[in-house]
Amino acid sequence: MSAFAGKYADELIKTAKYIATPGKGILAADESTGTIGKRFASINVENVESNRQALRELLFTSPGAFPCLSGVILFEETLYQKTSDGKPFVDLLMENGVIPGIKVDKGVVDLAGTNGETTTQGLDSLGARCQEYYKAGARFAKWRAVLKIGVTEPSELSIQENAKGLARYAIICQENGLVPIVEPEVLTDGSHDIKKCAAVTETVLAAVYKALNDHHVLLEGTLLKPNMVTPGSDSPKVAPEVIAEYTVTALRRTVPPAVPGIVFLSGGQSEEEATLNLNAMNKLDVLKPWTLTFSFGRALQQSTLKAWAGKTENLAKAQATFLTRCKANSDATLGKYTGGASGDSAASESLYVKGYTY
Amino acid sequence: MSAFTSKFADELIANAAYIGTPGKGILAADESTGTIGKRLASINVENVETNRRNLRELLFTAPGALPCLSGVILFEETLYQKSSDGKLFVDILKEGGVLPGIKVDKGTVELAGTDGETTTQGLDGLGDRCKKYYEAGARFAKWRAVLKIGENEPSEHSIHENAYGLARYAVICQENGLVPIVEPEILVDGSHDIQKCAAVTERVLAACYKALSDHHVLLEGTLLKPNMVTPGSDSPKVSPEVIAEHTVRALQRTVPAAVPAIVFLSGGQSEEEATRNLNAMNQLKTKKPWSLSFSFGRALQQSTLKTWAGKEENVKAAQEALYVRCKANSEATLGTYKGDAKLGDGAAESLHVKDYKY
Repeated sequence: MSAFAGKYADELIKTAKYIATPGKGILAADESTGTIGKRFASINVENVESNRQALRELLFTSPGAFPCLSGVILFEETLYQKTSDGKPFVDLLMENGVIPGIKVDKGVVDLAGTNGETTTQGLDSLGARCQEYYKAGARFAKWRAVLKIGVTEPSELSIQENAKGLARYAIICQENGLVPIVEPEVLTDGSHDIKKCAAVTETVLAAVYKALNDHHVLLEGTLLKPNMVTPGSDSPKVAPEVIAEYTVTALRRTVPPAVPGIVFLSGGQSEEEATLNLNAMNKLDVLKPWTLTFSFGRALQQSTLKAWAGKTENLAKAQATFLTRCKANSDATLGKYTGGASGDSAASESLYVKGYTY
Repeated sequence: MSAFTSKFADELIANAAYIGTPGKGILAADESTGTIGKRLASINVENVETNRRNLRELLFTAPGALPCLSGVILFEETLYQKSSDGKLFVDILKEGGVLPGIKVDKGTVELAGTDGETTTQGLDGLGDRCKKYYEAGARFAKWRAVLKIGENEPSEHSIHENAYGLARYAVICQENGLVPIVEPEILVDGSHDIQKCAAVTERVLAACYKALSDHHVLLEGTLLKPNMVTPGSDSPKVSPEVIAEHTVRALQRTVPAAVPAIVFLSGGQSEEEATRNLNAMNQLKTKKPWSLSFSFGRALQQSTLKTWAGKEENVKAAQEALYVRCKANSEATLGTYKGDAKLGDGAAESLHVKDYKY
């Protein structure tokens, strides 16, 4: 085959397919220490290890949430943490049919000579790190590449660099038993229209799949985590049906059927927007050879964080809020979401942060 | 969109989808004057215009054949020819629900510095030629790129040249209302195994789709005409099911769902082999978001030619032979071929010609 068939091939295929199970999706809980600090600051919670542990325990022990999830992406610290009664988080997840994943990139750095474009680092010793993560129980990984839309962006250099970085990361993961989630995020920042976003997304995805092919990546053992195709953040909003049409068209033009699932990022969308858009995509009456589901961070946790506010007495309320969003998104993967999951104003709050950096 | 917006967009999409109608396929009757000369020589028929015209009239008026076809590829001379009672061939085809197509490439030339690898010519004035062909009634076009498998082949250079030639041809066609059939044929010549053919096919197709994306081709208004994935001509044969599995997997890994149909070339396969392989693919239970059909030349005409032998009194029998193959392949596109087609004289005969040149 053109694809490298390592000793983990069957396992990778099985894991990727499971993560893409209709009705389930991914909770992205892999905020780095710095990023989770920003979240905590917004609810006046101190950024110390016990609080980080408490938040993740809140999420992972929410009654009823597990059936809605097929995977959780963790930050390295969390991979080795335990519940308050001493159970490793990874064991708790695995026992409940949720596969632990691990963020493996080391953030972005500027590309010299460009207008603020970046590439992602983290390839050094990645193989060895993946082996350690596999031993610790991780079975998939995530690497976020970032591109932006501007007058002359994304540049050919930025597209090539980010596509190649993703491909190199992907094959190293597969060599070491981890399903790579390939994430080429095209930021929403800007005043461009949805057609521009579509054109850029298609160009970027075409380059990504060429790079994956060049690097002999086994597509059946990967997942894609793309942006939805939307107007820029400074442009008028459009209906979920329009977002669905442009997004699915872009994916049909670029993502080979061998890829089992597409797990959307939520970007700066509010919880409700993200769910409605995902739902509209799954209702679209057009042939989609991959499942369309979620890999949401902020769009799953925003209301929950606010409800918790760091206080143990808010635990039940926070967990109920979390369950509401999980169920809403689970329904959305089946095209069954009927809207208005929670009357909570937080659910409609835009989570857009200009020039968002993790 | 990343795809360019042609004034013909809706028509291209409709025609491409029509050609992919399940139960139908393409008769490749576009043999150049030189090539048809070889066929006629094999049945002791003189290579003059009347005989070329007689052959094509035999094919296009064969009772029951047209309903099995969605398109016929013609050579330029044939586009302007008429039946013996003065009706233009293109009108006969159109009235029979068959779209006329036109071969637009001008053959291959060697790539200097390679070991016999080639590129295809025909881009000069192609836009104007397409306009004329459209006026004459053509609605799709064909361009054959050729690659070979060897120690160091196909080279990156050959893959790139052929992929980008195909992409340039494709967008010029779309600018002028013709659905481009994209044909990157990897010759079967050699002693390699099926895995090697699969790896090369995946690499070549990935390059083609990257090139098509770079050139802003509207995938929904194209067709793909690839080789099936098989062992080399000097290697032991394998079953249709094995060919089906490797072929469909290669396509799943490279061909976006936006492409409405894949119309296989038959290469050197016998009529019966080609039909059985196509049938096996359509029986395979796996993701196939494009229809899988045929664009056969020799594998539809071999028995017919032998039966005709250039004699008026054989026309009826020759037309029946054509109908038998058309019907068999029509069933194969539905996975319902039972292998019981009345085997005409030569139906099981291999049509492999080493290092085949049109």
